[in-house]
Amino acid sequence: MDSPVRITRAIEFSSSLRYASADLDEAGNRERFGAAAFRHGHNYRLEVTLSGHPDPVTGMVVNLADLKLLLEREIMERFDHRDLNDDTPYFEKRPPTPENVATVIFEILREAVPAQTPLSIRLHQDADLFVDIRGSSR
Amino acid sequence: MIELTRRYAFPAAHVLRSESLDERENERIFGKCANANGHGHNYGVEVTVSGRVEPVSGQILPPSELDRIFEQVVMEPFSHRMLNEASAFNGIVPTAENIALVLQELLAPEIERRTNAELSRVRVIETSRNSCEVGEFR
Repeated sequence: MDSPVRITRAIEFSSSLRYASADLDEAGNRERFGAAAFRHGHNYRLEVTLSGHPDPVTGMVVNLADLKLLLEREIMERFDHRDLNDDTPYFEKRPPTPENVATVIFEILREAVPAQTPLSIRLHQDADLFVDIRGSSR
Repeated sequence: MIELTRRYAFPAAHVLRSESLDERENERIFGKCANANGHGHNYGVEVTVSGRVEPVSGQILPPSELDRIFEQVVMEPFSHRMLNEASAFNGIVPTAENIALVLQELLAPEIERRTNAELSRVRVIETSRNSCEVGEFR
């Protein structure tokens, strides 16, 4: 009973975006990012994994009902059916690449879940591409 | 720790039999997979790279660059081919394990030479029920 358990909850959100770096002008962004410099959208799938030892009374690493509410508040409300560039403050300077979107989400969740709980996320941009960020406790 | 994974697929034929075994032993070990005329799979491949997220592009690497490498290194020699006849499998039984190892060996130096990323893992999905992974695990 000593090995930690990893529990994962997934959510899906749909956002529009365009790759734009503050270091490049419009032509430079087009050249660097191609079609991704035009406004487009994705159905993102986010898998959030917490690990730990099940509480001896509840048998839970984390109460999934609480995690569901947390993800609704921290992620869905910020990103679902929003424009990542214009409706959120995170991508004014850096482009919303899957690496950067995952990094922003990881930082938001790292603040929101208990500091001692190891956190990992996997962000699927589409069926063919995903980003993993694995952290330890804060 | 941040990683990007891209999924690819190619159809190919193979036979599982070892030249160092006689007919009976091949049949015994590989069963229906030893059928001399071969059989085939839609192979799925997940290529995972890690590295620094370059600040201007917001990317570990441009996915299109990984696509080009995969096209040249994997699709050209193996897609719509008999794997046993490919030079990379000379003397190597093309099991999912060996395919993963061969792809790792072919992809790692090209990714290192042509991008700022490095190969973390290769996962070969032979069928929806069988897959094999090589590389770093955390």
